[in-house]
Amino acid sequence: MGGVSDASRSPRARAHRRLRQVLESRVVEALATPHGIDHHLVTLGAGWATADPPARVVDARRTTPGTVTLTLRPGPRWAGHQAGQHVTLTVPVGGARRSRCFSIASSAHTPGGTVELTVKATGRGGVSDHLVASGCPGQSVQLSPPAGTFVLPAERPPHVVMVSGGSGITPVLSMLRTLHDEGHPGTVSFLHYARAPADVVAAAELARLAARHRAWRIVVALTGPTGAAVPPSMADAPAVARLCRLAGRFRADHLSALAPGAAQAPVWVCGPGRLAADVASAWRAAGDAPVHVERYRLDPPPAAGGGGRVRFTRSGVEVVDDGRSLLVQAEGAGLAPAHGCRAGQCHTCVRRMPAGAVRDLRTGDVVDEPGALVQICVSVPDGGVEIDL
Amino acid sequence: MDAFAVSATARTTAAGGTAAAPRRQPSRGAPHLDESRLDALAAELDAIRRREMAGRGEADARYIRRVAAVATALQIGGRAAIALGRRRPVWWAGVAAATAGRVIEAMEIGHNVLHGQYDWMRDPRFDSSTYEWNMTAPADQWKHAHNLVHHVNANVAGVDRDLGYGVVRMTDEQPWSPSHLANPLAALVLAALFDQAIGFYDLEAERQALGLVDPDEARAKFEASVAKLKRQAARDFVLVPLLAGRAAPRALAGSLTTQLLGNLWGFAIIFCGHFPDGTVVFQPEDLEGETRGRWYVRQLRGAANIRGSFPFHVLTGNLSHQIEHHLFPDLPARRYRHIAPEVQAVCRRYGLPYNSRRFGRQFGSVALRIVRMSLPDGLRPSRRRSLTPGR
Repeated sequence: MGGVSDASRSPRARAHRRLRQVLESRVVEALATPHGIDHHLVTLGAGWATADPPARVVDARRTTPGTVTLTLRPGPRWAGHQAGQHVTLTVPVGGARRSRCFSIASSAHTPGGTVELTVKATGRGGVSDHLVASGCPGQSVQLSPPAGTFVLPAERPPHVVMVSGGSGITPVLSMLRTLHDEGHPGTVSFLHYARAPADVVAAAELARLAARHRAWRIVVALTGPTGAAVPPSMADAPAVARLCRLAGRFRADHLSALAPGAAQAPVWVCGPGRLAADVASAWRAAGDAPVHVERYRLDPPPAAGGGGRVRFTRSGVEVVDDGRSLLVQAEGAGLAPAHGCRAGQCHTCVRRMPAGAVRDLRTGDVVDEPGALVQICVSVPDGGVEIDL
Repeated sequence: MDAFAVSATARTTAAGGTAAAPRRQPSRGAPHLDESRLDALAAELDAIRRREMAGRGEADARYIRRVAAVATALQIGGRAAIALGRRRPVWWAGVAAATAGRVIEAMEIGHNVLHGQYDWMRDPRFDSSTYEWNMTAPADQWKHAHNLVHHVNANVAGVDRDLGYGVVRMTDEQPWSPSHLANPLAALVLAALFDQAIGFYDLEAERQALGLVDPDEARAKFEASVAKLKRQAARDFVLVPLLAGRAAPRALAGSLTTQLLGNLWGFAIIFCGHFPDGTVVFQPEDLEGETRGRWYVRQLRGAANIRGSFPFHVLTGNLSHQIEHHLFPDLPARRYRHIAPEVQAVCRRYGLPYNSRRFGRQFGSVALRIVRMSLPDGLRPSRRRSLTPGR
């Protein structure tokens, strides 16, 4: 598997484990009751001593418009990631904790065990916009363990092909950097779609990688208005300009700019749904090499007026959304959730929502953060949803 | 749409009519308001609610995080001072700090968090579905007894069990019996053991006696309360003194005093919320097809505020704004102080009394009421104090 960093064996991690042995003793537990000790530690500003300490932002760079590239130092329990995986990042936005998934951009072999993410503003006022506007060194953020199966196999294929579009470059960048750190002896072909050269995250680094590895083909296709030149102010502008050899959306003949036989090699695709579909059909037409696709959303966008899948995770019951409140639908499915007033007053029915989105019947607000708490008596599904019930 | 609209619609449908349908009794808490005025009142209060809910944000989050840090620091520091307090004033300062921290944690954090006031923060420390508060009552039992039985049915005789907590006679609706001669004594015992008594409150002893409670459920609740009581007591009365070493007797005395003072404070504040002169008791039929406006009137007329300074409000968990709390129970409590003048102005416009006095006045009238209620109805001097609207 991709290299697991030695962060978990560092002196910092050992000291943390020893501290936790004391903090998790029965005496401390009895003193801390009715809260866990971590509740008090966070309250007193000692989050670093908790079982799952937050990560710290050590660097925030803004190289392309509307994005920020954050370097994070995860807590001592972080055991490294595999190239292509993602993490859930949780930060308070306007006082409320909000979570979003981000792919890790850094190599699996980054010295010091830091993690790099590139965040693109969405304009919806959520986590991404918050980080782009105010992410800065010193901030604490909660980081989940890495997850995702969009990864390279432990035995690296002799020819690795990667295609990405827009911000979908992030997990692929992690793969490129990892293969570079490993001194991958085979061929690597990378085709990236961006509106303009200025939108290519880490463009200069891509240019350096292309120059460094004779057997690597790195090509950028520009989908924006033709003639979008590389701004001379950009680092390594001439080298970046040499990468931007193609124009327009993905077509099968774009593959000829890569190494021969690209469509017969396994491909990793991350980007808009249409790009993934087009690449998949090009690969099907050329042979039977595997196509790995990274999807950002589990469910299709919400259909108006119900019809989404409602899954009650604890009981394993699944129903098709009929547009009524989650409480009514759960009861209709034979469950008996705790509830009180059925009108949003008493908060007896609050449940956790691991995934999906709901709409509050009173305000019309849509909540779609994974792990949000939902008053099921006054919430209806907004597309597919999972409720811890 | 608003929460109350949902409930009002549901109830109206159940009662088979709308607010404007055939003649109905005027609202007990506002007989001078017709249905259209009641609807207008509801619309005004709904507007305040909507605005305040939409305004929740960083300031509320910062406030509750700070209060939590202060409450925890006061309790740790207070306990240290108690253990180290060989001299009387240090020991008492420790008791004062520990008690303040404890009541702030129970009232400004615990009670309000369990109302779901901070659920929107999605912070596990302030999350009503997982928060376990620093009181004997297990959080799930408290949420049932308080958020549902008490708040939704506030001040309805025979339905809202908080009218006397099944122990003290607080209203004429409870028929007098000779045992009520001990009413002041019962109140005193309840006050001294308030936390522990509330710990077993959701067992609904008086309803159990009537066979209205599932015995298995009652047993499970009882066992959960005993387990919690043991954990709380082991912490305060065993572990803390043991850790104090040679200062163990001082530490134990400190824990006991802190517990007693906290209990008396909680009792005093909570009894000032619903029982001072001027609060209105409602009847079960008032719940039938209750409109949003009538719901608001019931919450408003059954509650009383206590005037005071900012530290006083924090020490009461803002239950000093019981009126605003009953109107908007899931609004972060720090906002009650800011909207109080507006709520009072609404009351004045609609000719509704706004019951707000200093602590001494409110508590005095509660104490007097406890004493008067110990006597049979015929024997006691009648005492009616009218409240001027909006005052």
